[in-house]
Amino acid sequence: MQYLPNFLFAILLIFGIGFFVKNIKKLYRNINLGKDIDRSDKKSERWRNMAYIALGQSKMVKRPISGFLHIIVYVGFIIINIEVLEIIIDGLFGTHRIFQGFLGDSMYGMLIGIFEVLAALVFIAVTIFWIRRNVIKVKRFWNKEMKGWPKNDGNYILYFEMVLMGLFLLMNSTDIHFQEAGIGNVISQYIAPLFDGFSNGSLHLIERTAWWIHIAGILVFLNYLYYSKHLHILLAFPNTYYANLEAKGKFTNDKNVTKEVQLMMDPNVDPYATPEEGAEETVPEKFGASDVTDLNWVQLLNAYTCTECGRCTSSCPASLTGKELSPRNIMMKTRDRLEEVGKNIDSNGGEFKDDGKQLLNDFITPEELWACTSCNACVEECPVSIDPLSIIMDMRRYLVMEESAAPQELNMMMTNIENNGAPWQYNQQDRLNWKDEE
Amino acid sequence: MNVPTMAEMMAEGKKPEVLFWVGSAGSYDDRAKKISRAFVKILHQANVSFAVLGTEESSTGDEAKRAGNEFLFQMQAITNIEIMNAYEVETIVTCDPHSFNTFKNEYPELGGNYKVYHHTQFIKSLVDQGRLSIKDENLNGKRVTFHDPCYLGRANNEYESPRDLIRRLGVNLTEMKRHKSTALCCGAGGAQMFKEPEKGNKDINVLRTEDALETKPQIIATGCPYCNTMMTDGVKAKNMEESVEVMDIAELIANANDL
Ligand code: SF4
Ligand code: SF4
Repeated sequence: MQYLPNFLFAILLIFGIGFFVKNIKKLYRNINLGKDIDRSDKKSERWRNMAYIALGQSKMVKRPISGFLHIIVYVGFIIINIEVLEIIIDGLFGTHRIFQGFLGDSMYGMLIGIFEVLAALVFIAVTIFWIRRNVIKVKRFWNKEMKGWPKNDGNYILYFEMVLMGLFLLMNSTDIHFQEAGIGNVISQYIAPLFDGFSNGSLHLIERTAWWIHIAGILVFLNYLYYSKHLHILLAFPNTYYANLEAKGKFTNDKNVTKEVQLMMDPNVDPYATPEEGAEETVPEKFGASDVTDLNWVQLLNAYTCTECGRCTSSCPASLTGKELSPRNIMMKTRDRLEEVGKNIDSNGGEFKDDGKQLLNDFITPEELWACTSCNACVEECPVSIDPLSIIMDMRRYLVMEESAAPQELNMMMTNIENNGAPWQYNQQDRLNWKDEE
Repeated sequence: MNVPTMAEMMAEGKKPEVLFWVGSAGSYDDRAKKISRAFVKILHQANVSFAVLGTEESSTGDEAKRAGNEFLFQMQAITNIEIMNAYEVETIVTCDPHSFNTFKNEYPELGGNYKVYHHTQFIKSLVDQGRLSIKDENLNGKRVTFHDPCYLGRANNEYESPRDLIRRLGVNLTEMKRHKSTALCCGAGGAQMFKEPEKGNKDINVLRTEDALETKPQIIATGCPYCNTMMTDGVKAKNMEESVEVMDIAELIANANDL
């Protein structure tokens, strides 16, 4: 019986981590449903971006208030997790505050002191976040796509963090020995008096309960990530690493199109020639993207990384003028569809069964796609280097090249280019007339 | 106005220093044609040997590409590249950031490798080399704000050349709240220029014009023919055309230098 808590702890840990690993594998599989794209170049520049943007939060601080608060939460979160290591060791081996013996009182006291201060700061920062979302109602958290789950998700995370930080401080406040030793209880010493008059037995009970809920909470949080925009705390790192490094104005040149255009324009190629014996009959590739599997894996990674912060949407000219398009929503819908495809694969024994749906129309409408000015404001704003524009462009390509479904005026514009080399109906012979008009 | 073509130059056995890519707007749009002429005047004043393609010029295909028509874009690109390579073009300058962007970033993979300049970059290099000086008396003290074209700014990180030139005009340059990397689009990009906007509650060019008007400008400076149209329409929508002018930087310089 003596080892029952250790045993229970081990089981909790195994389940918690096991389930997390399972979800991570699924995540990896889903991202790899995307087409290949080579991002293995310029490694040092990629590491540098990751260090600045993900680790250093360089883009977050462009909006100083939320940027500053976010850094507190982020640093607090990472550093306080060192404490989780101690908790795990204590839990598995039935020890209590094992690091105290290791590090000596003064060192340990300093460490826990820092944790306590950070926990309090995180608590305050998270509370301000909550107020920004729910009381001040910062506009970007109230766009049309931020209803239901996305809205709740944002708040759940804040509650989670408040509770975890609260439990951590509670656990320290009710730890009799820790309070008596008086090392590192910089914050908890002010909470401890609340429990004056409690018997040692009940204090111990409260301390143990807080301890257990705290670690269980952390494991639940870990597993909540996969279902939440909070996945960005992990994926921001690979996402900033694999981000596009080219000039933002450079759109990809579709290689399949190049092949066909060159064939068409090469006078030496006989279009009616029968393919050589043995030459592969290649299935013509689909142009552009109508579903998530037509996108590349970086675009899918982008979708899972999106923090739903809405910085993109709050700077998008289309969103700002009431159009249906919202770049954040493009990312959210891509993720929703990818999840749906992943679940479909899971429930059909590892193979996708046509569900009669696709990303285009069922999730993202042409109206949204055609409202984009390709201005790159969303790409510039994103704190984790997501590129919503590339998805919009790939889907436009599908609409135009596979379905000839451009708006009528654009079809006219393109016909003009084909016929007279200008988007308007002017004669190419008049191209130089401007020089003599004054 | 003397605007030689590549064909004429070639017939004389000459090769110009630079190809001036006029672009579809600069060739056909009444407002943008003025920008083309202003730029040519500057080229003449600085004694730049240049030529245009004239009737051999065709759409860059940029609008088609942003609309999703990769086929049409690549057909246009490959045709243009064949012509420019035949003339052994090395350097291109254009007043259109969209042409600038596609030449610079998208043509190389298709076989078109050129040094590409936006006209503000090119004029700045003329000034830096001492081939052109900009007078600062004529516009003295006027309040000017500059609207960053998306395809020059965010797309290619060029924010300074246009500002450098504006400062040389001796004007009072006041920035909008959203400027440089946070500048708001004028609403023309991504082929929007050629279609009606989707339904919403405002036109993008009006919103952007409001940004500009907040700075109480006498002149809104632009560096793109499409931005120019959009901002001009925006100023009209706000009934401010009496007191606010929308001018390309090339026009401002041509005026300043009494060209
Ligand atoms: S590129 Fe398109 S989606 Fe992104 S901010 Fe500009 S208009 Fe909006
Ligand atoms: S795409 Fe980037 S900027 Fe937009 S909501 Fe997601 S994380 Fe925020």
